[in-house]
Amino acid sequence: MNIKAAISLLICLGLHAWGMAQDKYFTRKGEVDFFSSAPLEDIRAENNGAMCVLDLNSGKVEVSLLIASFSFKKALMQEHFNENYMESGKHPKATFKGVVEDIEKLDLKKQETQTFEAKGVLSIKGVEREVSTSVTMKPGKAGMEVQTTFIVKPEDHDIKIPAVVRDNIAREIEVNVNMNLQPLER
Amino acid sequence: MINPLKLGAALLIFCASPALHAQEEEESLLDLLGDEDPKTEYATASFKTTRIVNSHSLENTHHGVLDVKISHRFGFINSGVYEIFGLDQASIRLGLDYGVTDWLMVGLGRSSFEKTYDGFVKARILRQSSGERKMPITLSWLSTMTINTLRWAYPERVNFSTSRYAYAHQLIVGRKFSEGFTLQLMPSVVHRNLVATADDAHDIFAMGAGGRLKLTKRIALNAEYYYAHPNQLDAGRRNSLSIGFDIETGGHVFQLHFSNSTHMVEKGFITETTGNWLDGDIHFGFNISRVFTVHRPKPKPVNY
Repeated sequence: MNIKAAISLLICLGLHAWGMAQDKYFTRKGEVDFFSSAPLEDIRAENNGAMCVLDLNSGKVEVSLLIASFSFKKALMQEHFNENYMESGKHPKATFKGVVEDIEKLDLKKQETQTFEAKGVLSIKGVEREVSTSVTMKPGKAGMEVQTTFIVKPEDHDIKIPAVVRDNIAREIEVNVNMNLQPLER
Repeated sequence: MINPLKLGAALLIFCASPALHAQEEEESLLDLLGDEDPKTEYATASFKTTRIVNSHSLENTHHGVLDVKISHRFGFINSGVYEIFGLDQASIRLGLDYGVTDWLMVGLGRSSFEKTYDGFVKARILRQSSGERKMPITLSWLSTMTINTLRWAYPERVNFSTSRYAYAHQLIVGRKFSEGFTLQLMPSVVHRNLVATADDAHDIFAMGAGGRLKLTKRIALNAEYYYAHPNQLDAGRRNSLSIGFDIETGGHVFQLHFSNSTHMVEKGFITETTGNWLDGDIHFGFNISRVFTVHRPKPKPVNY
């Protein structure tokens, strides 16, 4: 085997490994909480089990979480959330599937907050809606911090609020996402 | 000497393979994380509240939650217009239930019927679940004690305070069969320290059955029935049958029902029911349940 062939083989192997390298980031413990502020009461719930994979090559991102894993201050509220509003038995998950635009501008070496625009489809209670939101990413030694906040309207996702509790539940609910993504090793 | 053409082709395929990988991943990025850890999902909201009508349901008050219960039974509806179909009379029970943990609840109550104080402990032994840990039923143990505080009928006699006590023990075995349908069985025993006549039994065994049918998200139809073999019951006593609706509005549950029992604790409705449904000896009544979160348990760490 001549030297040229050997070198090109090595380069190819190297490229192959590089192609497979840490271009994807993930978490299984993403934090998602929501906040509803209405005249009669404020409601907050949190979920620490969101799964997310972000592909830095294409900018594609996917998030999935279990509705039943949201925890509330009041146990009964949590029961009603699952039973009456979200019907988590029928629709166990909420998902987001989309793209972070201009992801190639992300500089992994710069350990500071960089802002991007994410667009995609948010699916809650089986109802899909196009959404876009601004996302901040901060690469660091302990992983990449990803943060975003957006608004969800219950009526957009077929979540019916009866008149008796109309003043207890906000028409626009703020959703906060905080994730620490780690390189996905294979 | 290796054929450079062949080598080139092999390299091309090799180098192109990441691209092929990328194509496969079009499906779902989340698949890369592998299968999710199996989780145990517990059946919740089998009933709207911890009572069916008079009887305990298989639900427990959540940890740290205080449930204030106000229950009324009006007079018999066959008492006519003069009594405005029973609405002029009322038998009342005021109660407080508390969830010590998610599986243990305790409660106290005071009924106007025989000026009775009652206390109970209810422990959930098995919990219906699916997923990693599968359990087809929920099983609970209920023990109640009642103290009648009416003035002694014969104060000149030697009276023992223990004569006022009665106990009831019950197993509750139930299953939420579907989103809208729950059924439970309640084998029960009632013990009375003092009975009225020598013919009356101290221990009465009864089998109860209760269920819930959800009509809408917030309204459910409940029913319960207790069968005790007639020769066990005191003369003139009947089996208890109750049918009612649960209406839930956030923190409140309103239960509106019809029952032939006046008493609202186990010892009373299992052994001291006198009404006959067929004669119209039916009480209209309601329970109001209002829950307060008085203590918030620390959320359990989620296992990944």
